[in-house]
Amino acid sequence: MKLITAILKPAKLDDVKDALHAVGINGMTVSEASGFGRQGGHTEVYRGAEYTVNLVPKIRLEVLVDDKDVDSVLGVIVKSASTGSIGDGKVWTTPIDQVIRVRTGERGPEAI
Amino acid sequence: MEAAVINSGDTAWMLMSAGLVTLMIPGLVLFYGGMVRVKSVLNMMMMSFGALAIVFVLWIAYGFSLVFGDSVNGSGLIGDVSQFAFLKGLDNSEAVIGTIPAAVFVGFQGMFAAITVALISGAIADRAKFGAWLVFAGIWATVVYFPVAHWVFAFDDFVAKTGGWIANDLGALDFAGGTAVHINAGAAGLALALVLGKRVGFGKMPMRPHNLPLVMLGAGLLWFGWFGFNAGSAIASNGTAGLALLNTIGATAAAVLAWLLVEKMRDGHATSLGAASGVVAGLVAITPACAAVNASGALIIGAVSGALCALSVGLKFKFGFDDSLDVVAVHLVGGIVGTILIGFVGVDIGLFNGGGTEQLIKQAIGAGAVLAYSFVLSYVIAKLVDLTIGFRISVEQELAGIDLAVHAERGYEFSDNNQGNFLASSRGAQE
Repeated sequence: MKLITAILKPAKLDDVKDALHAVGINGMTVSEASGFGRQGGHTEVYRGAEYTVNLVPKIRLEVLVDDKDVDSVLGVIVKSASTGSIGDGKVWTTPIDQVIRVRTGERGPEAI
Repeated sequence: MEAAVINSGDTAWMLMSAGLVTLMIPGLVLFYGGMVRVKSVLNMMMMSFGALAIVFVLWIAYGFSLVFGDSVNGSGLIGDVSQFAFLKGLDNSEAVIGTIPAAVFVGFQGMFAAITVALISGAIADRAKFGAWLVFAGIWATVVYFPVAHWVFAFDDFVAKTGGWIANDLGALDFAGGTAVHINAGAAGLALALVLGKRVGFGKMPMRPHNLPLVMLGAGLLWFGWFGFNAGSAIASNGTAGLALLNTIGATAAAVLAWLLVEKMRDGHATSLGAASGVVAGLVAITPACAAVNASGALIIGAVSGALCALSVGLKFKFGFDDSLDVVAVHLVGGIVGTILIGFVGVDIGLFNGGGTEQLIKQAIGAGAVLAYSFVLSYVIAKLVDLTIGFRISVEQELAGIDLAVHAERGYEFSDNNQGNFLASSRGAQE
């Protein structure tokens, strides 16, 4: 099993969510995050005082998948999240030892 | 006071005006509160509420008497403290001042004192001990505001026989407080910022406004309340009040445009904070002038004030004084602009409007006297408070946030999770 973590542009969340739903992914965790990469930040002005804001708002989307689905799900996320411009984000996978569904106590791939 | 008659129209308008002026306190609270960081929003708001509380109590005890009592020895410097001590003879339903109940006049003028003190707090955001601020507010009202208001607002034979020197001897025009309120508060803000010193990280760390919609709402409420402040200063429901109201709209509209224009040319963007600041810059500048100019004069005053105030907000970084919310750039500069420009565009008296330089010189003397008196006294009072009880919180407290350190509260809680445990109520530990 793998945990897929995707850092996305907030505006692309709906596209990614719908694309994942369409390939049968029915659960995910989404949280608001902030960070920066090559995109850098932006400038804000308050009464003439300029500030550079280098942490920009991002979405962190997490999905647990069975090993056999990893590549296809990664493909779906990358395709649906892409705008082709800088700041589109990153996706990575982490190996997972165990998953338990709290309600039923099911373990492993059945719990996903 | 002999056989004065209450006019119900005047009374109705002044009751409403007193309410409008009181609304300026929550307006200022939102305007200032939105401009500071999340960790100090409550303290910023509390400084205004605290000022209102302490100043109005002093107002009843002796403030009104110091402002509107007979000038001591006819000097025009300060009113007789015993004449209306605890509003002697005024706090009943029969006493009359002008054409309205004395109680209404006292309440209306008392809010001016409270707001003037509250305005100063913008200069010392995030870093002042609350108790020290209250002590300063009480002393400052007593030693600075009450005398200056006597100079400017106490006309001979209105409340008492003899009034203040600026209103009667000098004859400088200040309809609703360009000198007594705004130059006064602005100069005090400068002195306080100098005595307290900069916030930790001033000019290096970002100190962005945390909630600009609050600032916009605050500016809107201030504008609304200012109709009571300016048009109410006619102390009557008449044409002067009407002219003051019209000019209060015109000048403010022009100031917003001017501020935004400066921003667009200087910074590349017209900002909402700039619009809200332009509102206040316009209101401040038209305050002394609202009954002395026509509509075009009001537009000129507003535009000049909006532009000059917008250009002045960078001075604190250049000269290194942390006037946190720009009390100097908005109230001192705007107050001077309005007071001086009466000498140029005042109907029949202004240099450009049928008069000579006579009024202009009077205006400059009035503005300069209030500025100098307020700055020097404010500096001394602040220094005394700092040397005795200490004016600033510790660096650790400041970094952690003054709300938690001083008030044991936080402004915002967006989640019911992670609330901690109940420890005790004020009646003792819970069983």
